[in-house]
Amino acid sequence: MTPGSGDEAILDISGLRVTFTGGPRPVRAVDGVDLKLWRGEVVALLGESGSGKSVTLRSILRLHPEKKTRIEGGIRVQDVDVLRLKGRALADFRGKRVSMIFQEPMLAMDPVYTVGRQITESIIKHENVSPDEARRRALTLFEQVRIPSPARRLDAYPHEMSGGMRQRAMIALALACNPQVLLADEPTTALDATVQVQILLLLRELQHQLGLSMIFVTHDISVGVEVADRIAVMYAGRIVEIGSVRDVIRSPRHPYTIGLMSTRPHGGRLLGNRLPAIPGSPPDLANLPPGCAFAPRCPHAGEVCGVSAPAPVEVSAGHWVRCVRTDLTAKA
Amino acid sequence: MTSPLLEVRGLVKQFPVRKNLFGRATTFVSAVDGIDFDLFEGETLGVVGESGCGKSTTARLLMHLIEPTAGTIRFGGRTVGTAELPVKEFRRQVQMVFQDSYASLNPRLTVEESIAFGPTVHGVSQREANARALSLLERVGLDPRRFAGRFTHELSGGQRQRVNIARALALQPRILVLDEAVSALDKSVEAQVLNLLADLKEAFGLTYLFISHDLEVVRFMSTRVLVMYLGRVAELGPTEALYTGSRHPYTTALLGSLLSMDPDHRTAAPPITGDPPNPIDPPPGCRFHTRCAYAEGVCSARMPALLAGAADAAPHWVACHMHAPRSGHSKLKAGAAPETA
Repeated sequence: MTPGSGDEAILDISGLRVTFTGGPRPVRAVDGVDLKLWRGEVVALLGESGSGKSVTLRSILRLHPEKKTRIEGGIRVQDVDVLRLKGRALADFRGKRVSMIFQEPMLAMDPVYTVGRQITESIIKHENVSPDEARRRALTLFEQVRIPSPARRLDAYPHEMSGGMRQRAMIALALACNPQVLLADEPTTALDATVQVQILLLLRELQHQLGLSMIFVTHDISVGVEVADRIAVMYAGRIVEIGSVRDVIRSPRHPYTIGLMSTRPHGGRLLGNRLPAIPGSPPDLANLPPGCAFAPRCPHAGEVCGVSAPAPVEVSAGHWVRCVRTDLTAKA
Repeated sequence: MTSPLLEVRGLVKQFPVRKNLFGRATTFVSAVDGIDFDLFEGETLGVVGESGCGKSTTARLLMHLIEPTAGTIRFGGRTVGTAELPVKEFRRQVQMVFQDSYASLNPRLTVEESIAFGPTVHGVSQREANARALSLLERVGLDPRRFAGRFTHELSGGQRQRVNIARALALQPRILVLDEAVSALDKSVEAQVLNLLADLKEAFGLTYLFISHDLEVVRFMSTRVLVMYLGRVAELGPTEALYTGSRHPYTTALLGSLLSMDPDHRTAAPPITGDPPNPIDPPPGCRFHTRCAYAEGVCSARMPALLAGAADAAPHWVACHMHAPRSGHSKLKAGAAPETA
């Protein structure tokens, strides 16, 4: 679902299906995701809880429990076939080629080691360098993510840092082995507003500086607008709309995206006005309706929507929508 | 304005954080450190601030879920927790909806039992309580025939929060304290619940204390807004006056942290740097001076008082030396408050 480009994709996800088989009924959390990430590009994966955005992201690092997950389709990072990686090769791949930052650094980091130790360990593990050299690099990283008095902070334990500082430390840890692709899973959601802006700007700056390719998972459109080149909107395990930030924000064409944009309370609104709301609630993934999963909540739904899942339609260059009624959603 | 429904004066809550050998607390954190505000009948007072600023502690103090260390709360002119107004009677007038819709419902009770429980405790007959539960379910948009017999784990997040709202209304309170009541909901469901809250307020003549970290939602819901920082009130004023003409540098920074939603005008620089300081060891003087661009000597020396402007049509309070005449701050704002406000 991306436009052709002369450059090769650094990450290529095709026909990805992820099914969790651990429960009483199999749950298909991701149902046919195609996504190409170009070199140096930032794609925001936007969706609500249960939309499959984090599951997609975690599949790229194969973080799901092997025995309870069925992954179909393809994930390639340049010449690496991620779904075929095993043992040592998978361990080398994680952190070195593709790295990840999480929502809650307190849970992602080991509480019994200092932050500096965790970074140097990662560097030594992936690259054959001396502990002194690793420590020097860790210090540089801490300066890069702008942690004040970095030398002292390297010897701090995660619980001794504030939320914003911990998130900076985790970014340093993720960048320790110069990955080509950085995956971010709601990295600013747990932060306060004044700290969120600082972390977003830091990520944007590092991405520019290092030429990183990034997938940024978020439930907050405004965060996506702040960091991304393209936005992919997910609903019930599928990408229902993808395009440049400008296209998706200014002329959304999927009824779900349009609904999301209009339910935001924004700017000076007189009291007593009602918010336009999307009726109903997100579907049960173990029991998806046939056809378009959004149809039961959609103002434009017709008989045709219940028949089969809509194929992507290109409404303008590089702007794809999985909806059969895009004629109704065009701006008058 | 008329006399307030709820008056909060000098409210303080300290939690022990360290104990000595004999189990006596030696270090305290002042989660709420002397706050004053009024809540007027029929208004929605929004409360904003970052984590650790004391907004949830304030809500719990209002409900008497925790005992204040100092300060008074008066409801309709009567002091809560005294012979004038016992806590049990007060609680019937003030009910609360929490953020975690799952944890705040008893998993062993059906939806109907959950809603009817409160009224029976307060002496309403079981039959009438059940009838009230069913009519409230209808009122919050859940068909009683389908939902009355369900257990909480059978509901979605949005449905559970509707049950929590119905339960809070079962005692026919006059004030509803909403502590991050929509924060855990998905955006598409959040709008439905906000609309429901607006409808209920009108239908039952309720007064809301609406606590949220989401500045856009607070702007949409509130008549007035109270901004907290490290246990103190930084600013309190009519919603639009505060959003379009904030007086406290912290409020300005908080509003400046709102993202633009415009890909051509992205945020270029963060409005303030650093994290909020640790509330165990708050800075002296104005709590915000460590992060404030306008901080001067007086800011770390003296704590600013909460003052309203002399020319305000509706009082717009701020605790900042730049707005206090004769504070000695070099950037004193014109139209600042009289000393005796």
